[in-house]
Amino acid sequence: MLLKQHDKESLQRDNSVLQVRNLKKYFPIASPFGRVSGHVKAVESVSFDLFESRTLGLVGESGCGKSTTGRSILRLIEPSDGSVIYKGEDVLKLKQKQFQKYRREMQMVFQDPHSSLNPKKRIGELIEEPMEIHKIGTKSERMERAMDLLRRTGIREDQYFRFPHEFSGGQRQRIGIARALAVDPSVIVLDEPVSALDVSIQSQVLNLLEEIQDEFKLSYLFISHDLSVVRHIADEIGVMYLGHMVEKAPTDDLFANPLHPYTQALLSAIPIPDRKQRRERIIIKGDVPSPIDPPKGCVFHTRCPFAMEQCKTVTPVMQQHSTGHEVACHLY
Amino acid sequence: MVITNDAQVNELSLLEKNVKKERRKLLVKRFVSNKTLVTGTAMLVFLTLFSFAGPLISQFSPLDIDPANRLQGPTAEHWFGTDNFGRDLFSRVASGAQVSMGVGLSVAVLTAIIGMVIGLYAAYYSILDHVLMRFSDALMAFPDILLAIAIMAVLGPQPVNVVIAVTLAKIPVVARIVRSSALVIKEQTYIEAMRAQGASSWRIIWRHILPNTVSPLIVQVTYVFAIAIILEAALSFLGAGVPAPDPSWGNILFDGKIVIYNAWWMTVFPGAFIVLAVLALNLFGDGLRDLLDPHSNKAIKE
Amino acid sequence: MSHPLLEVKELKTRFSTEKGTITAVDGVTFNVDYGETLGVVGESGCGKSVTAESIMRLLNEKSTKYGGEILYKGRDLLSLPESKMLDIRGNEISMIFQDAMTSLNPVFTIGDQIAESIVVHQKLSKKEAMKKAVEMLRVTGIPSPEKRIHEYPHEISGGMRQRVMIAMALSCQPSLLIADEPTTALDVTIQAQILEVINELKEELNMGVIMITHDLGVVAEVCTRVAVMYLGQVIEEADVDTLFDSPRHPYTRGLLQSIPKINGDREQKLHTIKGVVPALDNVPKGCRFAPRCSFATEKCLEEAPVLDELPNGQKVRCWHHARIKEREDVPDAIEAT
Repeated sequence: MLLKQHDKESLQRDNSVLQVRNLKKYFPIASPFGRVSGHVKAVESVSFDLFESRTLGLVGESGCGKSTTGRSILRLIEPSDGSVIYKGEDVLKLKQKQFQKYRREMQMVFQDPHSSLNPKKRIGELIEEPMEIHKIGTKSERMERAMDLLRRTGIREDQYFRFPHEFSGGQRQRIGIARALAVDPSVIVLDEPVSALDVSIQSQVLNLLEEIQDEFKLSYLFISHDLSVVRHIADEIGVMYLGHMVEKAPTDDLFANPLHPYTQALLSAIPIPDRKQRRERIIIKGDVPSPIDPPKGCVFHTRCPFAMEQCKTVTPVMQQHSTGHEVACHLY
Repeated sequence: MVITNDAQVNELSLLEKNVKKERRKLLVKRFVSNKTLVTGTAMLVFLTLFSFAGPLISQFSPLDIDPANRLQGPTAEHWFGTDNFGRDLFSRVASGAQVSMGVGLSVAVLTAIIGMVIGLYAAYYSILDHVLMRFSDALMAFPDILLAIAIMAVLGPQPVNVVIAVTLAKIPVVARIVRSSALVIKEQTYIEAMRAQGASSWRIIWRHILPNTVSPLIVQVTYVFAIAIILEAALSFLGAGVPAPDPSWGNILFDGKIVIYNAWWMTVFPGAFIVLAVLALNLFGDGLRDLLDPHSNKAIKE
Repeated sequence: MSHPLLEVKELKTRFSTEKGTITAVDGVTFNVDYGETLGVVGESGCGKSVTAESIMRLLNEKSTKYGGEILYKGRDLLSLPESKMLDIRGNEISMIFQDAMTSLNPVFTIGDQIAESIVVHQKLSKKEAMKKAVEMLRVTGIPSPEKRIHEYPHEISGGMRQRVMIAMALSCQPSLLIADEPTTALDVTIQAQILEVINELKEELNMGVIMITHDLGVVAEVCTRVAVMYLGQVIEEADVDTLFDSPRHPYTRGLLQSIPKINGDREQKLHTIKGVVPALDNVPKGCRFAPRCSFATEKCLEEAPVLDELPNGQKVRCWHHARIKEREDVPDAIEAT
């Protein structure tokens, strides 16, 4: 918590746990006869670092590639190019078998608490399973730890033998978090962990995530479309649009001084639950173009109110604007 | 709290017992309120009892020939009458029930096991899927009965061979059911969550996908059971099934065909039992589907 | 016009289920007038959608029992025969749903689907109806609508689909529009566009709008009045400024405080409302919110409060609303876990 106050200075000093460099993912589109007829360019040269006990928020609208980025890091989807360096080793170059030992340290929490838990398993078994897979402890030690984790995440331990459907969405998300914690990870990818929850439950889960981050020294990659949630939990935020990262900055910086026109529009579009805080809206027109055939040059130029000639031809690169604040836009 | 002392361990196992008891109670309650299932089960229990107790309470052996009393109608002595060799029809129908339902049950169990393995692996490995599913397409292109007759012609008329023939004819059906539900389960987030944990394919298939495909499998298998009884009867009726003199519902019908105009009981009784058995199984299957289907649990809409 | 557009009086909606009867909506009362947007907010299970479906009489009437009155322009909708309801649905009262993809039929073109309701309700010819459809699509801000009407639902984006739904709902110029979470499935930039369209059309047609949502941000943007629901009851109703400035019910206050603010203090922990929403077949005795409320006293656990009207027109269902005045008075009103 204390760290948040001097975001900028401390960013460099902190331990970088995971480095992502030029990550790319193209999904081939197969024609009915198996020939590849094109590619969906889901992620295009995305780079960032995750730091110990810190949170990087990844925001953007549906189809911007934020989930694909998260899944690529965990190799649930095999990235097309780039590198993910963890403990000095490029984990993308490893064979699946060798990568196995890192799976333990990189965990994931999913969006839908209803489909992310196997309905036929008792919740105790669900939490023990990762330990079983990674051969940690004896049966009774695993059970003990599962009980501890249930209690830690706010589920009564006498619920151990219950099935997932007997719990509400928020409780299931807690179980999902307990499962991720079971093998003592250092990185957790959180894919929209609170989007499916009601507001009053959402805040409970967010608080839990913050508590365990300090307690277990976790790095979070927090993927969400909800900017107010990300603002609350993230130390640094990356904004994605059509597979590109268009802006990355420490949280307060991003909200105080959004540089990219897309970030500006995104921020102004959030409905604020406070009548006194009304402000001028920037409503951007049109829809997100298809990622199969993204616009040439800057991908945002088709909707950008400040688009120039240059934007239609030259793809802007990420440039340092101020300490820790990077933006990919020709305006700067 | 660390669970080290015995008292706490006991407490925990007590807890597990209570939870299980509670769940059993709920299941019993849902079973009793499911009229179709109760009727089907009752009929099946009756048929099973009949097949085992029937030969015991009857004073005649199903194989004893008594030419003096051939083709007698139902009497106090011969409850279902006698056949064209003077054999007691009641004990023949009862021990025929053992054969017919035995064949049906064996087919059901075998298709369930083999179909499940094929379906699960086909769903998980797409190359295997292409091979296995094209093969099952080929099998399904033949009508069941033709396929079974062809197999029987090769293997010879034996009850075991009837089981093999009908099983082969029915495996594709079961495999397809398992495959299609496994394909849905495979895409669920909890399977992805297991992959993220580094779970092996073996663990994912058998520990995570399998338990979720069991319900549709069981339901489908009860229908296969029913169809197997009909197929066995058809094969025996055509003379390609259980060989004489052993009784099965099918070959009793076969014997009855010749005398259908003067001995109605020879076709009516085995026929009625086939209908009864198939009806019982279908009711049982329908009821089971309602019991196992999570959607039948009328959830409250927001 | 002596009658208000819509008066819901003590509406009760009961479902009979396997486990017995469940009262999903229990004594809901509110009014909607011409040119007004009433926000109905609450968490899942609070009965907000059931309320909307009851107004439209969309629920399966075999297993549903209604109580109370729903007066639309003075006529009680609950006592109308189904044949009369057909004239009202889609013609006088329209509804748009959260999931625009499944609410549109994939085998018909967009034009066909919009024209259909025009043909049914306004007795126009197919050709005229198509012309009207184009016009409606243009109103909702769809570019080159002449081309779009020949497209199928899967060929257009989510935001466009929701616009088509709006065009369909408004094609017969209804007096009342019920929007059930119309923007929940959409991205924020698209949400902003859709909310603007709804607002503009409301002004233009002088419609009453019921905006059902769980998002208090959306409420602040578009609503004039708000009813907050919890477990099948309205627990607070006020005009939008009053509700955000001085919420009187502990639940409303808890909801407002548990949302991360875009301008709030990031260091501060989020407020939470302890516990979970109880199931509808296990409604607490007394005040329904009491088990989760930090103000709760003995009385709250025993006796159910009624919806009190305050001098400023605000309505609150709480025994202690006098104690809960300004937001600043009791900063730690809702316990943090």
